[in-house]
This record gives sequence, C-alpha cells and structure tokens, in this order.
Amino acid sequence: MTRWRLWVPLLLFAGFVGLAGYMLTKPKDEFVESRMVGKELPYFALRPATQDRPGVASADFRSGKPRLLNIFASWCLPCIAEARQLEALAKAGAEIDGIAIRDRPEDVAAFLRRHGNPYRRIGADDLSEVQLAIGSSGVPETFVIDGRGRIAYQHIGDIRAEHVPMLLEKLAEAGS
Amino acid sequence: MTTVRTQFRHSRESGNPANKGAREALRAYWIPAFAGMTMFWCAFGIPLAAQDTMPPAPYAYRQLADPALEAKARALMETLRCLKCQSQSIADSDAPMAGDMRSQVRIRIAAGEEPEAIRDWLRERYGDYVSYRPQVGAATWPLFAGPLVLLLVAGAAMWRRFERRR
Repeated sequence: MTRWRLWVPLLLFAGFVGLAGYMLTKPKDEFVESRMVGKELPYFALRPATQDRPGVASADFRSGKPRLLNIFASWCLPCIAEARQLEALAKAGAEIDGIAIRDRPEDVAAFLRRHGNPYRRIGADDLSEVQLAIGSSGVPETFVIDGRGRIAYQHIGDIRAEHVPMLLEKLAEAGS
Repeated sequence: MTTVRTQFRHSRESGNPANKGAREALRAYWIPAFAGMTMFWCAFGIPLAAQDTMPPAPYAYRQLADPALEAKARALMETLRCLKCQSQSIADSDAPMAGDMRSQVRIRIAAGEEPEAIRDWLRERYGDYVSYRPQVGAATWPLFAGPLVLLLVAGAAMWRRFERRR
C-alpha cells in the first residue's frame, strides 16, 4: 500500500469536521417558504373579522389591480410593530386586505383602534384554514397578489421600514 | 451551584440552625434561583402572552369516534411537522396552529380522504419540510445510495485482501 493512501481516511474525517464546523457558523433558516408563490390563490370566502370592514374572498383579488394580503392577529406582537409600515404602504397607494387568524371581533376592533386600520377588507380565519391553504406558517406574513388572483410574492415576518419600498416595487411588478 | 448545595445540606445535617454559614448558603442559593426564575419568565413569559384566546379547533383535542379512522389520522399526524415549533410533530405540539392542522387532518380522514393525499396537499404548500416521512428525491437520494456504495466498497476491499492472502 502506498504511503499517501494511509492519509485518506484522516483527510475525509477532517473534511467532514470542517464542513460541520462551517455549517454551525451559519444561522439557522427557520422560515418555511410557501410553495404557492406563482400559483393561483385557492378558493376561500371569509366572514368579516370586524364590524366596519367587509370579509375577504379569493374573488376579490381578480379585480385587475395587484393587492397586498396581510396575515395578522390581534394577539401577535410583531403585528403591532408592523402596523406603522402597513399604514405607510397604504398611504403610498397599496390596497391591503387582511386576514385575522384565530381572533375575536372585539379583539380585532380594539387592535385596529389602537394601532390603525390600513385594511380595505378583513376576513376571519378561525381555524387557520386559509392560512394552511396558501402555505403561510405564521403571523405576520404578507402576500402580493396580482390582479388575476395569482400569488406573486411572499414576505415572511413583520414588515420593517426597509421592506416598504421593496413591497411597493413587487406590487408594481405584479401589475405590469 | 453544586458546591453551594452540598454546603447547605452539610450545615443542616450538622444540626446547628443558627449556623451563619447555613444562612449565607441559603442566600447564595436563593438569589441565583430567583434571578434564574426572572430570566426564565422574561424569556418564555412574553411569547406565552402572544397566544390567542379562541377555543381550540373542533378536532384539535377530540378523537374521531371510529377507532380505525382515528388510528389512520394519528399515524399521519405523527409524521407531519408543526410549522411553528419545528422540532415537533403536530401530534406532539400544543401550538394553536398545530391544533388547527390536527383538526383538519381528522375531519378530512373522516370524510374519506387518504392520508397520503393530505400529506401531498400539505407538501404542495410547504414543501417536503412539512413531512417527517423520509422520501427518495432529487436532493435526498445520496442518503439512501451512500450506505449501499460504502458497503460495496468495503466488500470489494475485503474481498481483495482475502484473495491476496490465499
């Protein structure tokens, strides 16, 4: 047996340790992206989540104009942080519909009174059915839906100030 | 921490209640314990507050009346990943979303849907990630082929050695 061959197992082991060590330094990606991006919004028709806004149905997203679909809840803390950015998006001309996950009408109303109401419509998803059907894995999440009812983009987590121009761009892209 | 504890027990056993060392040890034990508890509640108390107040979905905690169907649903639930608590199956998790998923699984099984059809429906939405059942695919085939290749290589190496020795 030639001498260099003796080192092969050790080198393989060192390579494995190196790879494991490198992967440990990389942050864990906990986001589960929806595979529904690029696909048609599944059929749904949700009752209103609060008194002063109508409910949401999948048909509402076929108006020809792209819209944002925001998945939120009154019990969700990052949704509070996000409220101001949604307000900014609405001011910039974005039309936003909301889906409140597992929420009571009085809680939704109190949340909107306190943190603002940028929504045109708000549907109530009491059993997370629509959330599961569109591949959303938590609150808050925001989907860009083009004017033909197709999911164009998914934003996971709360919208920060730096995401506002990006989302407006995605809306414009979806409309072109 | 261990040293403090043994010290504490030791002075108690020595039978001297007025022992100053014991009182000090008690303080040394309780202050970190209290700080630890506070940290625990800061870390876990806030996410706990971020829970909804809605009742659980109809079949989140209720079994199906038919034991055969319930067993079918149960087997599927144990191999579906909870999306909010990603190291648990939806059968193990108390997250409201996992409850909603269990309820949906049970209702669909009761309506006659096949477990694998429900799994495929979820995989269409969340990818392979949502399923715990190992699957041979474009990205996973080396995991299945690797051991076979290793066995073959090892077998060939052994065969060559034994041949040479003869």
